[in-house]
Amino acid sequence: MIRKSIQSRRARETRLKIYGITSICFALIMLATLLISIGLNGYSALQQAYFKVDISVNTEKFVDDSGAPDNNKMNLFNWDGLVQSALREFFPEVKDRDEKKELFAIISANAGYDLKEIIKKKALGSGSHTLSVWLHLSDDADQYLKGRLSIDIPEEDRRINNKQIAWVNSLVERDIAKLKFNKTFFTSADSREPESAGILGSVIGSALTLFVTIMFALPLAVMAAIYLEYFAKPGKITDFIEVNVNNLAAVPSIVFGLLGLSVFLSTFGLPRSAPLVGGLVLGLMTLPTIIIASRASIRSIPPSIREAALGLGASKMQAALHHVLPLATPGILTGTIIGMAQALGETAPLLMIGMVAFIIDIPTTFTSSATAMPVQIYMWSDSAERAFYERSSLAILFLVAFLISMNLLAVVLRKKFEKKW
Amino acid sequence: MTSKFITKKVEVSYGDKKAIRDISLDIEKNIITALIGPSGCGKSTFLRCLNRMNDVIENCSIKGSIHLDEQDIYGPDIDPVELRARVGMVFQKANPFPKSIFDNIAYGPRIHGLASNDSELKDIVHNSLEKAGLMDEVKDRLNDQATGLSGGQQQRICIARAIAVSPEVILMDEPCSALDPIATAKIEELMNELCESYTIIIVTHSMQQAARVSKKTAFFHLGDLIEYNDTDKIFTQPENQKTQDYITGRFG
Repeated sequence: MIRKSIQSRRARETRLKIYGITSICFALIMLATLLISIGLNGYSALQQAYFKVDISVNTEKFVDDSGAPDNNKMNLFNWDGLVQSALREFFPEVKDRDEKKELFAIISANAGYDLKEIIKKKALGSGSHTLSVWLHLSDDADQYLKGRLSIDIPEEDRRINNKQIAWVNSLVERDIAKLKFNKTFFTSADSREPESAGILGSVIGSALTLFVTIMFALPLAVMAAIYLEYFAKPGKITDFIEVNVNNLAAVPSIVFGLLGLSVFLSTFGLPRSAPLVGGLVLGLMTLPTIIIASRASIRSIPPSIREAALGLGASKMQAALHHVLPLATPGILTGTIIGMAQALGETAPLLMIGMVAFIIDIPTTFTSSATAMPVQIYMWSDSAERAFYERSSLAILFLVAFLISMNLLAVVLRKKFEKKW
Repeated sequence: MTSKFITKKVEVSYGDKKAIRDISLDIEKNIITALIGPSGCGKSTFLRCLNRMNDVIENCSIKGSIHLDEQDIYGPDIDPVELRARVGMVFQKANPFPKSIFDNIAYGPRIHGLASNDSELKDIVHNSLEKAGLMDEVKDRLNDQATGLSGGQQQRICIARAIAVSPEVILMDEPCSALDPIATAKIEELMNELCESYTIIIVTHSMQQAARVSKKTAFFHLGDLIEYNDTDKIFTQPENQKTQDYITGRFG
C-alpha cells in the first residue's frame, strides 16, 4: 500500500521536475534566440565604411589674425566643395552634372561638416596645409560594402545604382575605402544621416533622467514605506492609501506621461523634452514599485530588533532609521534597481513629454533637450534607411547590456549590505 | 519595604479579547519578583505594560492604573521613550543588534546622550559588561559582531545593553527559555547580583527558576492574578488550590 503510494509520489515529483526544467530551458532558448537575432542584425553597426581623401586647404580663409580658427568664417567656408573636388580627382572621367551628383551621393552628406570639425580640432596654424583624412561613405555605400544591400534586384529598385557600385568598388580596390571601427556611433548624438548617428546623446539623456528618477523616487518611497509600516494607524484611510499604492503600480505607463504633460509641462511650465521632467514622470511611475519592495523588505526584518531598540528607549523613528532601515537596505536597493531598470526601458511616458524629439546635441544639463535610449531605438527603427536598422539593433544590445549590468549591481549590493545573523 | 510599582485593576485587551483582568499588585524595590503561570495566562502582557511596550501593538487597550514611584506611567505627562530608559527590558529571544559588541552596549547611552565624550562612553560600556559578567569573555573582541556569540552570551549582552542606560527596573521576559542549564545558571547568578541595585521582574516558565531566584512570586492563570506572596510561601504552602496544582505540575 505504502510502497505503491511512494511510487506514485516519486513519479509526480519527477514530472514536476521535468516541467520546471522544460520551462527554464524554453525561457533560456527564447532569450538566446532574441539576443542572437538582435546581435546578428546589429554587430555590423560596429563598423562603418570610410574613405580616405587628401585635402589641400589654405587656412587663411578661416583663421583670424592670431591664427585661431574663426567660427563664423569656418561655417561660411565651402567644405562640401573641398571634399567633392578631392573625390573627383579619383574619377576624372566624371564630367556630367547628373553623374557628379550620383558620385557625390556615395559619400556622406555630412562629409563636409565632419571635415570642418576635424580641421577645427587640429587647430592648424595659418597657411597652406595638406592632410589626409578618413571620412564617412554614405549609408548606402556602407550597406553595400557590408553586403546588406542585395544587388540581385533590378537597378531602378535599388538605393545604389551600378555606376555607384563601380565607384565604390574602385575606391576599395585602390585601398582608399574600407570598413573601420565605427567610433561615431559611440561619440555622437542622433543625426538624419545614419553614418553620423550615435547613441551617446541618448545614453547621457537616459543617465540624466535616471538620476532625477532615483533622487526623486527613492527617498519618497522609503519614507512612505516606513510610514505605512510603522506609523500609520490602521484604519480606512491607511487601507485606502495601501490599495491606491498597489493601483498606482498597475497604471499603464502612458498615463504617467499624460500626467507629466498636464502637470509638469502645462501647470508648472517646465521645459519640454527635458531629463528633469522625464525623471519626475518615471519617478512617479517607479514610486509604487519601490514602495512595495521597501515595505516587503522592512516587514522581513525580525520585529525583535525593533523591540530591542524600543525597549532601550529609542523613539519609533530612531528604531526605524538606526536599526530597521540598515537591515532592510539590501531589499530596498533590489527593489529600487528593478524599478530603475523598468524606468530605463520605458518609452511611452517619454513620448508624451516630448523626449521623442530629434536631438543632435549631446545633453549637458537637466533642462536641455534630450532623448532616452529606448526612444532613440524606437525612432531609428522607424526610419527608412537600412543603416538605421542595424544601428537600432546595436542600440538594443547596449540597452540590454545596461540592464544586465544594473541587475548585476543589484546582486552585488545585496551581497555587500546583507548582514549575517 | 518600599514599592517600586503599584498597579491597580489593570486590564488589557487586544481588540475584543481580554488578555488580563483586574490585576492589582505592588512590586517591591530591589528584589526579584517572579511572574509564573501557564502559557497564555497574561504574565508577559502584564510585564509589557510596565514599560509600555504594549503601545507598539495595534488595537491593544489598557485600563486601570500603573504607578512607578508614585507617578502614573500612563499619565499624559509621561513620554514612553523616557519611561523605557528607566524601565529596561530583556526579551525571551536574545536579540542583539547585528552590530559590534561595543555598538550594542553603546547604543542606549548614545541615543540618550549619557556620555559626553568617547572615553565616558567607553567607561559605560566597560562597566556594563563588567556588571553583566561578560567582560572577561569579550574584552578582546569588542569590535566583533555580537550575533556571533553563543546564545547565553548574547542574552547577557542584552542584559548589559539594558544596564548601560542605568535603568531603575529591569523586566525580563523568559530570559533563559532558550538557554542551556550552564548559561541559565550564569544569568541567575547575575540576577542575584543585579538585584542589589535594580528592581528585577522576571517572567518564567520554570518553577525551579522562580523558586531559586525570586523573593516574591505572582501566579497568573487565564488572565487573572490567582496568588501573590513570598516565594517561600507560594512554593511550600500555597493558599489557592490552582496554585497548588500548577506548582506540583498537575496542569500547565
